[in-house]
Amino acid sequence: MQAPRDFWHFEKDISGCGVFGVIDRARRLIPGSEPIAAMCTMHDRGNGLGGGFAAYGIYPDRADWYAFHLMCDDRDALERAEGVIKQFHDIRHSEPIPTRKVASVKNPPVVWRYFVTPKANRPAWATGDEADYMVGTVMHINTKVPGVFVFSSGKDMGAFKGVGFPEDIADFFRLDEYHAHMWTGHNRFPTNTPGWWGGAHPFTLLDWAIVHNGEISSYGINKRYLCQHGYECTLMTDTEVVAYLIDLLIRKHGLTKREASWVFAPPFWDEVDRMPEAEREAFKALRMVYGSALLNGPFAILVTDSNGMMGLNDRVKLRPLVVAEQGDRVFMSSEESSIREVCRDLDRVWAPKAGQPVIIDYLPQGGAA
Amino acid sequence: MSADVMCDEKGFCVQREGERCVIDATGVYYRQLNERIRAALEHGVTDIEVVQVRGQRYIATAVEGDVRFTVRGVPGQDLGAFMRGPVIHVYGNAQDGVGNTMDGGRIVIHGMAGDVLGYAMRDGRILVRGDVGYRVGIHMKAYMDRVPVIVVGGKAGDFLGEYMAGGAIILLGMHSGMADAPITGRNLGTGMHGGVIYLRGRVPEYQLGPGLSMEPVDEADLDFLRGHVADFAAEFAGEFGAGGAAGGSEAAGQAAPVDAEALAAAILSEPFVKIRPFSHRPYGNMYVGTN
Repeated sequence: MQAPRDFWHFEKDISGCGVFGVIDRARRLIPGSEPIAAMCTMHDRGNGLGGGFAAYGIYPDRADWYAFHLMCDDRDALERAEGVIKQFHDIRHSEPIPTRKVASVKNPPVVWRYFVTPKANRPAWATGDEADYMVGTVMHINTKVPGVFVFSSGKDMGAFKGVGFPEDIADFFRLDEYHAHMWTGHNRFPTNTPGWWGGAHPFTLLDWAIVHNGEISSYGINKRYLCQHGYECTLMTDTEVVAYLIDLLIRKHGLTKREASWVFAPPFWDEVDRMPEAEREAFKALRMVYGSALLNGPFAILVTDSNGMMGLNDRVKLRPLVVAEQGDRVFMSSEESSIREVCRDLDRVWAPKAGQPVIIDYLPQGGAA
Repeated sequence: MSADVMCDEKGFCVQREGERCVIDATGVYYRQLNERIRAALEHGVTDIEVVQVRGQRYIATAVEGDVRFTVRGVPGQDLGAFMRGPVIHVYGNAQDGVGNTMDGGRIVIHGMAGDVLGYAMRDGRILVRGDVGYRVGIHMKAYMDRVPVIVVGGKAGDFLGEYMAGGAIILLGMHSGMADAPITGRNLGTGMHGGVIYLRGRVPEYQLGPGLSMEPVDEADLDFLRGHVADFAAEFAGEFGAGGAAGGSEAAGQAAPVDAEALAAAILSEPFVKIRPFSHRPYGNMYVGTN
């Protein structure tokens, strides 16, 4: 599962990826078979070098604990990671992530999940809040512990990913046995970065998960900007910056998803010039403060967290994205056919405009949780 | 009509009724589906209905001759690419790349369509009832009597007719699921050096790419428009303004005429503008001086 060491082992290909997402706004459970079937329809958008899913609402009995999903070179690496986790957290539950042997998934890493809570007596240097402490743990393991990556760290959610077609990865992680009220899926066609286990989508941090079709040409700028704010990129794939940027902009700096979308895909300067003055000044300010968080290059991304899902295109729409509604269900996908595969009759189908986010939140929870 | 069963080398059979056959695409990978379509064509079938289509790519790609396709569902990328001659009706929405480098024939989408529709199209017609995506009709070209035409009942995204060299795009902006969106977006006709884009209504000047003019249509334009609008109205009379195949994806508009002539009259009741390059070769001197 180690990333290729030499440039000649790196895969380089053209074309895009496939993304799919479904949310049930009333938190009714959707079986894993649905996102899997949808991703199968878009089989040819990938090439077997990366597939993955994020699922929300899958650990209801352990919803108060952070679920760390780890991929490790071997048991020794897992031991090292466990030592670090024990040092900073109380492990409430620990188990291998259930898998099955799949012929097409070769040399899988050791995959393990820990349900943890931060220790009551945290070190004096841990000055931030609990979420910062969790982010610190993830960054520490990913940068300092050899042969281990934390690929999921939220509550009551989990990411599952690896090298293979999404249907193979789903089979490997037995995702047909899970039910979730929100799913995203990804079929990878690696372009400029290696096809390895850590480089598959989704990219996550806390309960954020990102799936992305396209490429983030501004990766270098974004990475250096994130580095100044304590986020270190270790997964060698452009999309990683989106997960950390969204955490920085929304959780740390308090922007809304709408505002974050203006940072990622800002209006063109000629559009800004035509705005009323107050609006124009606001957009200039946003661009001045967050210019280094602008995402350049083609993208269609699905951003999910415990509040819901956001779909966003780059500002010249260089990648497809279709949104559909059916009752409380909202679907977002690279191709309408994948939505029709799992839901024949839709109330509404549309292709969002470039740079215009589609933000779908869960309905407020009533008395019955 | 004689009914017989047609089988390919792999033992896959379709029921054939004379010149007609129906192929169920449920769970069929795009390669096998296209092999079956080819096998049917080789058996002399000229009217193929493909049902339960969900994302299979390249349907009717590079097919030549007088063939009729009926596609039910959502066909995948590059529907009718490179084709020369066939008529395709899609009952549903189409995805990206419809009519890529199409060389002749006719594609009628009874729904909406995705990005880069009619890319580098060289001849033929594409008629879309609803909205289309970004980069529609880019690189379209024409030669002598081969003039491709795209007619869109809904709205279009940015870069409509970018780098266009010939042919015509007629954008009506009427049957749209995007009530608040402008009829088309920014960079309209950027790099255009031939052909013409007709818009029903107007767009702000700043949406236009450089070197283009936007003028009212003249009598010759109206003649051209009348013919294509009548053609469009004949295809979509009765389904214009209704929910249709997209499952209510279009805005519930006011009751539209069911009769084709009345629909054509309603379409032509608003003024059109035409967008063309100022000169014949606006980029002739861009790199090397030629005069």
